[in-house]
Amino acid sequence: MGESIIRFENVSKQYRLGMIGSTTLREDLQRLGARMRHQEDPTKKIGRSQLNQSLKIGDTFWALQDINLDIEKGETLGIIGRNGAGKSTLLKLLCRITAPTAGTISYNGRIASMLEVGTGFHGELTGRENIYLNGAILGMSRREVASKIDDIIEFSECGQFIDTPVKRYSSGMYVKLAFSVAAFLDAEIMIMDEVLAVGDVAFHKKCISRMKELAKQEHRTVLYVSHLLPTVSELCNRCIVMDHGHIVYDGATPDAISHYLENDVETATSIDYTDTVMKRKPWRHAVQLLRASFPGKNNAIFHDEEPIRIRLDFKYLEDSEGISFRLDLRAPDGRPIATSLKERFLSGKSGQEASIVLEYDLPELTQGRYQTVFTFLYSVEGNAGIGLESREGLSFEKKYSSLIDPRWDSSKLGNIRLAPPKVV
Amino acid sequence: MKYETVITPKHGTQLNLRDLVRYRDLIFLFVKRDFVVAYKQTILGPLWAIIQPLLTTIVFNVIFGNLAKLTTSDSAAAQQILIPGFLFYLAGTICWSLFSQTVTKTANTFLANSRIFGKVYFPRLIMPVSTALSNLIPFVIRFVMFLGFYLYFALSGGYGIHVSGYLLLLPLLLLQLILMGMAFGLIVASVTTKYRDLIHLMEFGMQLWLYGTPVAYGLSMIPERFYPLYMFNPVTMVIVIFRYAFFGVGYFHIGYYCLSWLITLLALLLGLKLFRKVERSFMDTI
Repeated sequence: MGESIIRFENVSKQYRLGMIGSTTLREDLQRLGARMRHQEDPTKKIGRSQLNQSLKIGDTFWALQDINLDIEKGETLGIIGRNGAGKSTLLKLLCRITAPTAGTISYNGRIASMLEVGTGFHGELTGRENIYLNGAILGMSRREVASKIDDIIEFSECGQFIDTPVKRYSSGMYVKLAFSVAAFLDAEIMIMDEVLAVGDVAFHKKCISRMKELAKQEHRTVLYVSHLLPTVSELCNRCIVMDHGHIVYDGATPDAISHYLENDVETATSIDYTDTVMKRKPWRHAVQLLRASFPGKNNAIFHDEEPIRIRLDFKYLEDSEGISFRLDLRAPDGRPIATSLKERFLSGKSGQEASIVLEYDLPELTQGRYQTVFTFLYSVEGNAGIGLESREGLSFEKKYSSLIDPRWDSSKLGNIRLAPPKVV
Repeated sequence: MKYETVITPKHGTQLNLRDLVRYRDLIFLFVKRDFVVAYKQTILGPLWAIIQPLLTTIVFNVIFGNLAKLTTSDSAAAQQILIPGFLFYLAGTICWSLFSQTVTKTANTFLANSRIFGKVYFPRLIMPVSTALSNLIPFVIRFVMFLGFYLYFALSGGYGIHVSGYLLLLPLLLLQLILMGMAFGLIVASVTTKYRDLIHLMEFGMQLWLYGTPVAYGLSMIPERFYPLYMFNPVTMVIVIFRYAFFGVGYFHIGYYCLSWLITLLALLLGLKLFRKVERSFMDTI
């Protein structure tokens, strides 16, 4: 056992939803009045469970619940989990950006947070001036920065532009410079939230090895939040998996990653769209998607050659003819994988409800998790088409029991396995 | 196991002014940044700092001096010494603008910096402190302008103005204006993170406050029996003493001067307390 450097004790964080500008003065006065008369808070919402119910503005929810965590000096800790699992909240509490609702966080030494690189950079200032400013924001004194500025400039690869205002920098240079400042800060604890996802490949490698070097040789402690599992496994020796505000796994990185991948399958086999609001308005609203489901399935895992059947319930909002349907497949990180288009096959009268079942045979798709996007559109010759309705759809997992696929690394080989050639 | 830093849901009671010392380089760099950014890529540069109070002074001179003919003397006994009206209004205006701009800028601390506050931690108090100090830069420019006009009027003769011993208080007067501006700015900043609409009220409030302060008129316009009430406005004594220092005639009362310091310090204490209360969780509500 090494020496503990960070300790979370029963830490919880509660948020109120959609509270821009927080409460109104009137609501607060009502509450105050009620408290003085010893009545129940009239503005409090009662009796609504959070689960399986869409959260409304004004509701509270727990972003973190009862987190207990001990981190030792020199550890590189990866934090993975789905969006909204509480990863970033955990780091925000540790960085003192916001205060916990309950519990105690204790740590030793200084924290260098890189929740976003280049925070506090000002376009009008030169690279050199920004290094000083950014260093000071991260807690370095001018003398400290001065003693490291040559290293920082060298590491950033921005040497010849260092006295140019950073507004003239390319975004890559900007990020490199910002990362370099943080990477040379004398902090015992370094916190990074996806920052390594930026910059070119060579610089990315350089950053990773710099972080590893800091952890190994100087016994710095690194906390790293990311969706990029390969980077996590390369950098971190310990990893926690978070889900719904809890730590669900804590252990060696390879085990944590496989735990995450196995348990992260969305079990949802249907989505109801009727009470959700669209984020983006379509060009024309001629079709409304009501429900989508994987008929006859009780999980969203498709094995081997099993075809993927999707049932769509929808409603025509105007008399329509020759509507096309497009299915987009995306990786969990949003990368497009493949698209399938079925052209001009749906017609109906205004107000009519209809349902179709589409069967997709996707033997080329490799093992992994996929997110679907459903789009109704009018196909137009030589054009992208006119969008009618587009919704984030169900996600599913594709699994293979054959020998070749379990070793398929989609980050290197891609997500489509083309059929082998015929030897002629 | 002992830890150096412990974060708990409750905010601490002490003000952690030590942090300000530890992060003094950051304060300096923020001020420098504000300066560089404000005057880069502007044609007239620092001249902008002068134009606004100059126009205000001219308006005051015309409306309150020439049309309304309000008095420009601070003490009834000193009516016989002639103070150029223009200089009188200019003195009040530059002091008032130092105060009022510090209030407004400090009040905007949370809103203007929510992006940087949301990404990285440093003692939040650094921001209002450096904003307040940055405000000294345009003041210095205006002060130099004031000195120019002052010398012109003093040397051209015909006016009985001369500096007085109160000039020694000048650093204290400026310090008090800045502290006062910060104090009320912090109070507004803390309250507006919750009730955003109060920021509109502030603009109106500052306008009213201006007329409750002898900037556009001399103190002798106020009957002396109202002083015990009138002097609760802490800006009054500062501006009156500032004019006394430069014009060699005016009003001074040690009791009221102490009262204005007392109010300044109480407001500052309240502002810091409120700020500390809000700074820990304002990111959730902003």
